[in-house]
Amino acid sequence: MAGTSGTPAAKGVPLQTDANPGAPGTGGTSPADAGGAGTPLPAGTGLQLSGVARMFGPVVAVSGVDLEVPLHSRLSIVGPSGCGKSTLLALICGLDEPNEGTINVLGATTSADRLRRCAWMPQRDLLLPWRDVLGNAALALENQGVRRRTARQRVGHLVERFGLAGFEEKLPYQLSGGMRQRVSFLRTLVAGKEVLLLDEPFGALDSITRADLQEWLRTALDAEPRTTVLVTHDVEEALLIGERVVVMSARPGRIRAQFDVHLPQAGSRRELIRHPEFAELRDEILSLLEAVT
Amino acid sequence: MSTTVTRPDESEVTAPARSGRTSAGIRRALPAAAILVTIALIWEAVSHWFGVPNYVLPSLDSIWSTGVSEWPGTLASATWVTTEEVLLGFLLSIVVALVVAFALHSSRVVRNAVYPLLIGSQAVPVVVIAPVLAIIFGYTITPKLIVVTLICFFPIVVNTIDGLASVDPELLRVMRTLDGNRWATLRRVEAPAALPSIFSGLRIAATYAPIGAVFGEYAGSQNGLGYVMIQAIPQLETALVFAAIFILTVEAIICPWAREGKR
Repeated sequence: MAGTSGTPAAKGVPLQTDANPGAPGTGGTSPADAGGAGTPLPAGTGLQLSGVARMFGPVVAVSGVDLEVPLHSRLSIVGPSGCGKSTLLALICGLDEPNEGTINVLGATTSADRLRRCAWMPQRDLLLPWRDVLGNAALALENQGVRRRTARQRVGHLVERFGLAGFEEKLPYQLSGGMRQRVSFLRTLVAGKEVLLLDEPFGALDSITRADLQEWLRTALDAEPRTTVLVTHDVEEALLIGERVVVMSARPGRIRAQFDVHLPQAGSRRELIRHPEFAELRDEILSLLEAVT
Repeated sequence: MSTTVTRPDESEVTAPARSGRTSAGIRRALPAAAILVTIALIWEAVSHWFGVPNYVLPSLDSIWSTGVSEWPGTLASATWVTTEEVLLGFLLSIVVALVVAFALHSSRVVRNAVYPLLIGSQAVPVVVIAPVLAIIFGYTITPKLIVVTLICFFPIVVNTIDGLASVDPELLRVMRTLDGNRWATLRRVEAPAALPSIFSGLRIAATYAPIGAVFGEYAGSQNGLGYVMIQAIPQLETALVFAAIFILTVEAIICPWAREGKR
């Protein structure tokens, strides 16, 4: 037990939250197999959406969405409010079913299978107010059948990397907004899913904390890639984290344009933002967004 | 969530209040005590000086002396019997209510089948049901427990269901993506979130429990405070009736109040 829980800390990889190596069923399917040689998938296929549409009564939330996210790559979706970005994420992670089209997540097409492969993080932290930091973060492990004490121990090794050291036993109301969001992030990652779906994860934070977390997430995903879809209002955030940026139009939500982001891997957030190509892309996307709204 | 937002304020309020707790408590209880004393004085004045006969309105001191003299022979065992009915009936109603509430929450089929019956059960007047139960079960404790449960379980069920349904729907979605099945969600999210409402349901139910027990005893019994009253009224032993009423009132106040003190 001590050996397994010690592993993530020893590796020193920021995102390595391999906290459920022994979990039966659910835990074994996604993270371990997905990147391995034994997967039945064609190599490189992560997410695949074709002709996806979702209607709520007469309202068409999204329509005709074709997307492809290669394994371990990162996609950002930007668009005006109400363009169906969040609906799209709910569809991908299996909380919702499309009216038309198909969604393939690492070979999984049914909503139950997709739920097993996707981690979803909404804008609000939605922590359980009666559970402390460790208890909240360990929620997924407990759901997967890990005993409470063991789950807390495993999560305890990750707390420091999330800037929560010393706050393990604090309740959510005792934390700042940024810290709560980091706990929520930790909770999402601990679930050990291969696909990461982030719905404006930093939207509720102040700009300093947001910049900090953007940089952290970028380096973390570089160190240990996961198939990621990020939904955001913030064009800079989309460019910083995404390897490809998709622009959606409002009602019905459609994909208007896709941009590939080629930026130096190693640069810091400030260097990247100053980079000429970054500025050019940002301008282009912003003007497109203005046209769309 | 709203609970987490309000929490710091509460702790700020209670922390300084704790130091001067006793004096503040006395100050808060003072107006209520003043009203009680006033009522007692008027009562004494009416029964002593306005020529109201003792069997209509016994004076407080005669009620007290009757209570003391009848305690060893009648009232002690009657209080014990009624208290037993109240506590067991309350316990039974908690168990029944929680089982019913969780079943209603978990299954739409159960909800459609049972909810109308549940509301119907409250439409049936307990006063009428009690004698029928006495015919079926005799002068045993069973009909009293059933009557107490019938009265008490409804507020607990309603509050529990409300509490279970109060969870943010987006949090339920998060639980699904965190591999939380129905049971995990109920146990780790919905049940803890429902606790405050469950307790307020219990507090309401606790005040009803003695009423149920007395109804049960009215319908047919061999001991208990209700039995004492129904024996004393035809003999115009009004002081004894009032003594029993006061004991019941104290009981009804203590049950929910003790719970609040514990929290």
